[in-house]
Amino acid sequence: MTLPRRSHPRPLDLNSGRVDLTHGGGGRAMAQLVEELFVAAFDNEILSQGNDQGAFSVPGGRMVMSTDGYVISPLFFPGGDIGSLSVHGTINDVAMAGAVPIGLSAGFIIEEGFPLADLARIVTSMAAAAKAAGVPVMTGDTKVVEKGKGDGVFITTAGIGMVPAGIDISGDKARPDDVILVSGSMGDHGIAVMSQRESLGFETAILSDSAALHTLVAAMIAAAPGIRVLRDPTRGGLAATLNEIASQSAVGMVISETAVPLKPQVLGACELLGLDPLYVANEGKLICICPPEDAETVLAAMRAHPLGGDAAIIGQCDADPHHFVRMKTAMGGTRIVDWLAGEQLPRIC
Amino acid sequence: MKYIDEYRDGELARQLAASIGQEADSARTYHLMEFCGGHTHAISRYGLEDILPANVHMVHGPGCPVCVLPVGRIDAAIWLAGQADVILCTYGDMLRVPGSKRLSLLKAKAEGRDIRMVYSTLDAVKLAQANPARRVVFFAIGFETTTPPTAVAIKQAQALGLTNFFVFCNHVLTPSAIAQILDSPEVRELGTVKLDGFIGPAHVSTIIGSQPYEYFAEEYQRPVVIAGFEPLDVLQAVRMLVRQINDGRFAVENEFSRAVTRDGNAKAKSLVADMFELRKAFEWRGLGLVPYSALRIKHAYAAFDAERHWDVPQDSVADNKACECGAILRGVKKPIDCKLFGTICTPENPMGSCMVSAEGACAAHWTYGRFRDTKAPTA
Repeated sequence: MTLPRRSHPRPLDLNSGRVDLTHGGGGRAMAQLVEELFVAAFDNEILSQGNDQGAFSVPGGRMVMSTDGYVISPLFFPGGDIGSLSVHGTINDVAMAGAVPIGLSAGFIIEEGFPLADLARIVTSMAAAAKAAGVPVMTGDTKVVEKGKGDGVFITTAGIGMVPAGIDISGDKARPDDVILVSGSMGDHGIAVMSQRESLGFETAILSDSAALHTLVAAMIAAAPGIRVLRDPTRGGLAATLNEIASQSAVGMVISETAVPLKPQVLGACELLGLDPLYVANEGKLICICPPEDAETVLAAMRAHPLGGDAAIIGQCDADPHHFVRMKTAMGGTRIVDWLAGEQLPRIC
Repeated sequence: MKYIDEYRDGELARQLAASIGQEADSARTYHLMEFCGGHTHAISRYGLEDILPANVHMVHGPGCPVCVLPVGRIDAAIWLAGQADVILCTYGDMLRVPGSKRLSLLKAKAEGRDIRMVYSTLDAVKLAQANPARRVVFFAIGFETTTPPTAVAIKQAQALGLTNFFVFCNHVLTPSAIAQILDSPEVRELGTVKLDGFIGPAHVSTIIGSQPYEYFAEEYQRPVVIAGFEPLDVLQAVRMLVRQINDGRFAVENEFSRAVTRDGNAKAKSLVADMFELRKAFEWRGLGLVPYSALRIKHAYAAFDAERHWDVPQDSVADNKACECGAILRGVKKPIDCKLFGTICTPENPMGSCMVSAEGACAAHWTYGRFRDTKAPTA
């Protein structure tokens, strides 16, 4: 869950409006739904910080808690499945506070008639992902709905973790002149999922980047405890996530088009499908914002980790009063990298 | 990416821009209309305005198929989606275009109508095959580029013997729209809109060829350069137009020679001619009723024509009064001249069609260029 602090031209129509797919797309419509309904109703300081996890003090330190629902279609895709994704995604939301994940819960909503073999494949994959990450699934829930009332299986996981002493990472901490880094190539997950959609029928060698990032985070904060912001650019991709951070931190940003790592296959698929790779989802990448003096140290720590080999510095924050995220294009011009309007790819996570 | 990267080379772009700067006469201005939304999008997305000299102005034209469809036709599509057993399918952008009463296909879908996005016309045919008890209507829109695929879909449905596949045809023609702009009082008599030359369509021209533009170049004495949609294509076309204007020439030149010939795609043209005929007039958003500017399905294929199968409402519905899409589509106004721009009209809540498609002038300026406005709304 992410809350960008911004106002919207027109308030949500709570009397006669209806939920449409844009309300789950990771763009402005979703931000508005979260802001004007959920945050307003649940009204508390922790939620209002607008991070992908809530951080709170407990005896002995600070804890974080996060939850995420997984409705991806198709359930199995190159490089992963809904099971491993539901483990990685929630571990990552916990880790983006700089926290060490402790454990997960898992809730299943299963459609009547769903093959047990597929369910077993998903659960086995979940168990393997949890074991590999060293983060156990500690509790769970199972519900079955009538045929036609769900689409195969939906999974919700929640995670908890402890923040090491001295670490204070949050989406509102970016400052002008801070440096923006990404841990690797953008858009792999979204394109891998898209390639499996029946209606598209294209083949690609791209695998989803789905991965648990907590060990990468641990290596980064060990090298530079002063890291200000970490966030994984899932739905809405790099573009949406940078805009969320810019508005939370009240800064502008300038990134360089030529510095953003992109695989040629992802670029090719985006070209064919008319997508902008900056808006395509990732499930095993993170964005890091740190003070300029830490940038090289963080970059070296990322590159030394197996999940950060293609890490790159992509830009810098500035004091733009409009909090625009801008990009220097390869052509030498400048353009805005805006929020995603509507939804680019439905149900990619 | 081979055959793409070559046309997005930053160094070449800087050289081209520098050469345009040298060749453009500093004593005059150059107002060049890029007809196509594809060009508008490329100009905004690659920030080309930043590297063109200050006296070269790009005027955005009406060539965005989503943008020019009038409110009445959107309402008609929503009406069709509400008929018994209908599955209405169309290209993605159409779903968000506002009709009247703040409805859109996307909202109609949320209210329970069966509306689906397809990537190709053949997906629509497959949908009809897979749902024999339903009536599948393909909401067909677009210029000459998307017309042949619609024709192929009808042929395919015929070959498969489908009786539940229909096309709601809204295909429009580029040359009539360009003539309408050049004939408009703002250009022809009042001179309030200065148009010194045109960047001609890329994909449309692959079908119709460069020959149909020869008439305007001659009749209206304006140079036309057909150009591809990549940033270097646009810059090269600007340089070719500047040269023609400097020389006082008004020819049709083809920058997009890697894909466009003088005569176009004969097979596609004959397929379209076989299946469609001209409508006497068709309403365009922004341009009003334009004579002989759109196609309808010929009698021989009547069984596939949604407008013959249902009594589709033909009402003309007025745009929102404050919406300037019409003037923007004619090049008379810029997006920032519209009071709604960025206030209540944004890509999430578009009031006018120019804010819907990524190729629309308003959406392109909002999405990529609004940081240049002195009073930019806060992000």
